[in-house]
Amino acid sequence: MCGIFGVMDKRRQMMDGSGIREALSTMNERGSGEGAGYVAYGIYPDYRDCYALHVFLDNPCESKGIVDATLEQWGTIEHDEAIPTCDQPGLRANCTPWRYFFKPDASLAPGSATPEKDVVTNLVMQINAGANGAEVVSSGKNVGVFKSGGAGSWPEAVADYYRIQDYEGYLWLAHNRYATSSPELWERPDPFNLHDWSVVENGKTTTYGTNRRYIESFGYNCTTSTDSEVIAYAIDLMVRRHGLDIDLAVRALAPPYWEEIDQMPEAEQKLNRALRFAYGSAAMNGPFTVVAANPDMMVGFTDRGKLRPMVVGECADRLYIASEESAIRAMEPDVESITRPAAGEPVIGRVAP
Amino acid sequence: MNACNLGSMPLRYRVTIDRDQCMECGRCVENCSYGVFRQEGDKILINSRKCTACHRCLTYCPRDAIMLTEQPCDYRSHPVWSRQVREAIYNQARTGKIILAGMGSVADLPVIFDRLMLDASQVTTPPTDPLREPVELRTYLGKKPGKLDFRRKENADVELTTELTPNLMIETPILLGHMSYGAISLNAHIAMARAAREIGTYMGTGEGGLHPNLYPYEDRMIVQVASGRFGVNVDYLNRGAAIELKLGQGAKPGIGGHLTGEKVSKDVSKTRMIPQGSDAISPAPHHDIYGIEDLPQLVHAVKEATEWKKPVFAKIAAVNNNAENVAAVARSGVDAIAIDGFRGGTGAAPRVFRDHVGIPIEVAIASADKELRKQGLRNEVSLIACGSIRESPDIVKAIALGADAVYLGTAVLAAMGCRVCGNCYQGLCPWGIATQRQDLVDRLNPDVASKQVANLLHAWTLEITELMGAAGITSIESLRGNRDRLRGYMLDEGLLEVLDVKPIGA
Repeated sequence: MCGIFGVMDKRRQMMDGSGIREALSTMNERGSGEGAGYVAYGIYPDYRDCYALHVFLDNPCESKGIVDATLEQWGTIEHDEAIPTCDQPGLRANCTPWRYFFKPDASLAPGSATPEKDVVTNLVMQINAGANGAEVVSSGKNVGVFKSGGAGSWPEAVADYYRIQDYEGYLWLAHNRYATSSPELWERPDPFNLHDWSVVENGKTTTYGTNRRYIESFGYNCTTSTDSEVIAYAIDLMVRRHGLDIDLAVRALAPPYWEEIDQMPEAEQKLNRALRFAYGSAAMNGPFTVVAANPDMMVGFTDRGKLRPMVVGECADRLYIASEESAIRAMEPDVESITRPAAGEPVIGRVAP
Repeated sequence: MNACNLGSMPLRYRVTIDRDQCMECGRCVENCSYGVFRQEGDKILINSRKCTACHRCLTYCPRDAIMLTEQPCDYRSHPVWSRQVREAIYNQARTGKIILAGMGSVADLPVIFDRLMLDASQVTTPPTDPLREPVELRTYLGKKPGKLDFRRKENADVELTTELTPNLMIETPILLGHMSYGAISLNAHIAMARAAREIGTYMGTGEGGLHPNLYPYEDRMIVQVASGRFGVNVDYLNRGAAIELKLGQGAKPGIGGHLTGEKVSKDVSKTRMIPQGSDAISPAPHHDIYGIEDLPQLVHAVKEATEWKKPVFAKIAAVNNNAENVAAVARSGVDAIAIDGFRGGTGAAPRVFRDHVGIPIEVAIASADKELRKQGLRNEVSLIACGSIRESPDIVKAIALGADAVYLGTAVLAAMGCRVCGNCYQGLCPWGIATQRQDLVDRLNPDVASKQVANLLHAWTLEITELMGAAGITSIESLRGNRDRLRGYMLDEGLLEVLDVKPIGA
């Protein structure tokens, strides 16, 4: 049991992190105080053209040296610094959060339609797979993940440690973890991010092995044993590399039953059958609610049996997706509409272009 | 045969009759096609030497008066010079021939399936209850697109432009494997065909052609083309729902099929297009495939002949360089690859091949799935595991190791009454299964036998559903290659690495 929360402003109006902290902490009984995290889009306007790499360093000497060298091979570091933090009683830091603003060298991915993202993908895989004391936890433009694990990592403590009230973003996801394995690892809690895409999940799939083997055959390298990592890579594969619309990608991850497909009109039947044919190994079983985001949208979806809750709220330009209504009301007491979508019915909110 | 000084061998089985129980009804005499029993006066005499342990007499004795013991006579025990080794030598010293054997390997090697444990969901994920929620076993066999192409319409909707190639849809991941008409009887084939239709799956014809009495079931047939090309013409190809090119067989990798002349009856001769009473020995290779680049030509020829409407399968035996073989075949244009492990059954195979050549199906499927994924070819073909699938957990384990579906052979025969006595090549099967003698064939009622086969498939399907539900898996494609849901129990580290399975406790 975990608690997840997402909010998006359709007109890119900024929200600082304090409201999100408040919302997430109303769901503390869904967590175990051993992991929480936030991701926000729009927080680095001064470096909007750079890929912001948030990296957990075991230590700022050897580990950082390796990351510096790797990044310099793949492109140019425009700026780097320690991520400002503020010690919290009870929260034990076992790594140094660092951020790089990085410009990838597009010529290193010749022939690619999205060379910069290919370079960033490669270097994230390279750094995270190596035993180098460094984990890249987010790698997109104008976006950053702030998270921690281990005792004392309640949502309020994590927010205060990173001072997330000092960041302003138009789209936030947050996660309150009930730890089951490796609670001490800082990279384990959600959100999980790979350049554009960030993912938070409430649940645990039964198909991790199948999904992981599928995604790894495309060159992704899963290092954290978490569903969210596989989901982020699967969405990147389907949307960026295979050109699927997000609604179809979601349908591939949580497909309708064959019995439902059999009832559909001919063309739709064909489409859904093709999706299950092509992406059968990416489909997820078991209980989950996922909220994923990229700079232009936020999408929430559940397993096809809806074994995990998903509440959707709307108020003016804001779209909320959360595990519990109380979280939405904590941030927006006068929320205009609250709905609970049916199983397999995704919620997609898009930011105005 | 020349005289020799070996004399008679110790009895393999001893049959006894409890004379107090026996009422001399003669059912044993009537039922035993091997001639163990004969009536002399009011006494039934026994020749145990002819017994095959087929149990027909025991089953039909109304008084349970018959008892059978195996190996009633001991040899001096010796760890190296086992009974089997010594008896093979005596046999070959007498005959100078290759020893032929029926059914699968009898080599006493560990069964890997038995050392793989399945997973179940507990607290972090809930199990699914198949009585109340859907658990999907529906499987499509054939080529799947690696990615999809779309055209955006004017209203911004997308339209799929990828054309799907023909797939076989089965409602349970179990197919009835290829056993030819000739190796088994027409009634056995009809029983299998009816069961396949009832359950929503398909059966293989084997390499013996298609008897006209099976035409009503042709939509449930996977017609096989083997190196002997017995019974193959364009009509045969077009009758099947799919076509399988048999390149090898697990029970005897590297050699062709063998139907003993005793079983080539008039009808078999007609269906196979070979002379009556002649041994039907198919060549070791296909004589139009001397290199891998010849295989795509055969695949295309068969597809052209059937207007690209039918999936084409290839069946290979599991041998050392299985992964490479599978990757090579996956590039040939076939839609599915059946891999036959070394424990696979057979009507007749040289003993040395049956017991010494090939690798287990568990390893072959795992290495094939891994290699296909590595080479980005996994969607190109479906994988069918065969060769000693004995019970439903074997199917779940095979799929978790990477198979899409399985072929059943011996298990189907057993469902029809077969006791796995291993004398199929004699053509005297008292159960009416592996014989062409009409009076014996008539013993197998296709209505009854088809119900038994359907019952078995139904029962296994229910068990698979329960096992998947317990593991929280609701679609069979989510089980496929999901090795995380297996654990190896007392398997060595090297084998675990090949299987890509963690040990228990990990």
